[in-house]
Amino acid sequence: MLGFTSKQLIGVGIFLFMIFIGVPLIIGATGRWDFYFTLTSVALLAIASAGVWLTFYIGRINIGQGAFALIGAYVSAILVVKAGWSFWISLPAAGLFAAIVAILIGLPILRLRGVYFAMITLVLTQVVTLTALALPITNGAKGISNIPLPSGISLFGIPILPDFAGMENTKLAFYYTACVIMILTYAALYRLVNSRLGHLCRSMQQNEELASSIGVNISYIRIVIFAISSFFGGLGGAMFGSIAQSVYPSSFQVADSVNFMLNCFLGGLGYVFGPMLGTLVLYFGWDLLFEFGKYQMLIYSTVLILIIRFLPNGLLSIRIGKGGDK
Amino acid sequence: MSPLLQVKNVTKKYGGLTANNAISFDVAENEILSVIGPNGAGKSTLFKMIASFTPTTSGEVIYQGERISNLKPHIVARKGVVRTFQETTIFKSMTVRESVVVAQHLRAKASLAGYFWGSKTAKDDVTAFEKYADELLEFLGMSEIAGEQASNLPQGSLRALGIAIGLATDPKVLLLDEPFAGMNHDETMNMVNLVRSVRDERGVTVMLVEHDMPAVMNISDRIVVLNFGEKIAEGTPSEIQNNEKVIEAYLGSVDDEIGM
Repeated sequence: MLGFTSKQLIGVGIFLFMIFIGVPLIIGATGRWDFYFTLTSVALLAIASAGVWLTFYIGRINIGQGAFALIGAYVSAILVVKAGWSFWISLPAAGLFAAIVAILIGLPILRLRGVYFAMITLVLTQVVTLTALALPITNGAKGISNIPLPSGISLFGIPILPDFAGMENTKLAFYYTACVIMILTYAALYRLVNSRLGHLCRSMQQNEELASSIGVNISYIRIVIFAISSFFGGLGGAMFGSIAQSVYPSSFQVADSVNFMLNCFLGGLGYVFGPMLGTLVLYFGWDLLFEFGKYQMLIYSTVLILIIRFLPNGLLSIRIGKGGDK
Repeated sequence: MSPLLQVKNVTKKYGGLTANNAISFDVAENEILSVIGPNGAGKSTLFKMIASFTPTTSGEVIYQGERISNLKPHIVARKGVVRTFQETTIFKSMTVRESVVVAQHLRAKASLAGYFWGSKTAKDDVTAFEKYADELLEFLGMSEIAGEQASNLPQGSLRALGIAIGLATDPKVLLLDEPFAGMNHDETMNMVNLVRSVRDERGVTVMLVEHDMPAVMNISDRIVVLNFGEKIAEGTPSEIQNNEKVIEAYLGSVDDEIGM
């Protein structure tokens, strides 16, 4: 079915069952409601990481996803608070705006390769933070707070999405929303990577000169990919702002950008679902090490270095190994 | 018959260094033309300019009556002038078949969005690409290694893979960069036959840069000789072998050169 093996379908089925039914059951039984927020964060960060992974796929190290997440968060917040838009329309708008910014920035910087591109993207997050501090519309250091919860949507009088403000359990609603968007993101990513566009990306990742000699318009594809990548960043950021009900210039920092990249490394650059796993492990790993107090950072970074040293293809390479699903 | 490709007064300067100085020659349809010369004579630079990988300082390259110099390389490839590289320039972590499938990009009819959504045109494209890839690999005698990862291939097969990738784009003119380098006599002879069949059976005009003199003399219809960025001779292999300037250029630098 749809070109998937039955084993893959079972895997996807188990995964969907776990996140939509398993997790709520476990949380209901244990009473750890705070886990919803943690898992929602993981899902949203995984969306942004998916974008970073995609830029890796054309051979570019992207340490600037925080910039696009911040842009997305602000665009959504401003549209909802100042223009009175529904959150659900502001969400794709935030993604699109991030993508347009990515096209404008990408035109000059995507010519750079390797460490030069990485360095420029590293600066981007700081540039956006400073811009947010300076612009009147973003409200400077005070940021935008008291963002209303997403309102309901109904089409021809039939409610499609409930009003979040009228709900008892917004945590669960946000969890489901984040999971659905994450799944759509990764489904799109999987499709893209396994389509011809993905093959063209791989050809560029491996050799840009040869790719252009076989007629691939490499600068065009680089821009398209960077825009899609930033769209995911904007989407994740916008959701985050809505959950926190506030956006500040410091909502996404350089460290977040670095984490988005680490998520990809950790999960595995060769696997579409790598960044999802990477985000989960990295996020929980950091929290679990909290008990070590001042040694938290030391242990955390040592483990990361060891993983990158001994598992250069990421955590997924352990289980799937060679010839698994890409 | 008007020439298929014309190189007109092409000059390339890197700062104070002149890599190519006012080079002119014509390439006729269906011929095999070799560009030879000692190291540093400007052969590779000339090829790069023909395939528009680097702009000309002055002069122009005309293909089918149209100027193709100073365009983007993918546009020149689209017009049918395709360059292959030396063996290290391949898609390392693709199999031979994948490389040849991906290289048929120019023949694609579906849009990128069509590929994403899996439109009918896109599916037809993929089927056609895979079919043609198998045909092409069969033609090149590479069917047995179709499933091999490119990074695991021996040098000779890599060269053939480079040609396969170039041919997959369905070129009119194929520029081969040192197709015989590092090969023993038998491998070279196989490759000579292969290049000849590319011309004879596929109607592709072939230009090559090469150091292997016996192979060049064997395969070429005509030869252009460069030395220190200047064209010093042009003609059939026997004319070139008896050209005094050519003999001087090679013998005069016998120590650091290939020793012909």
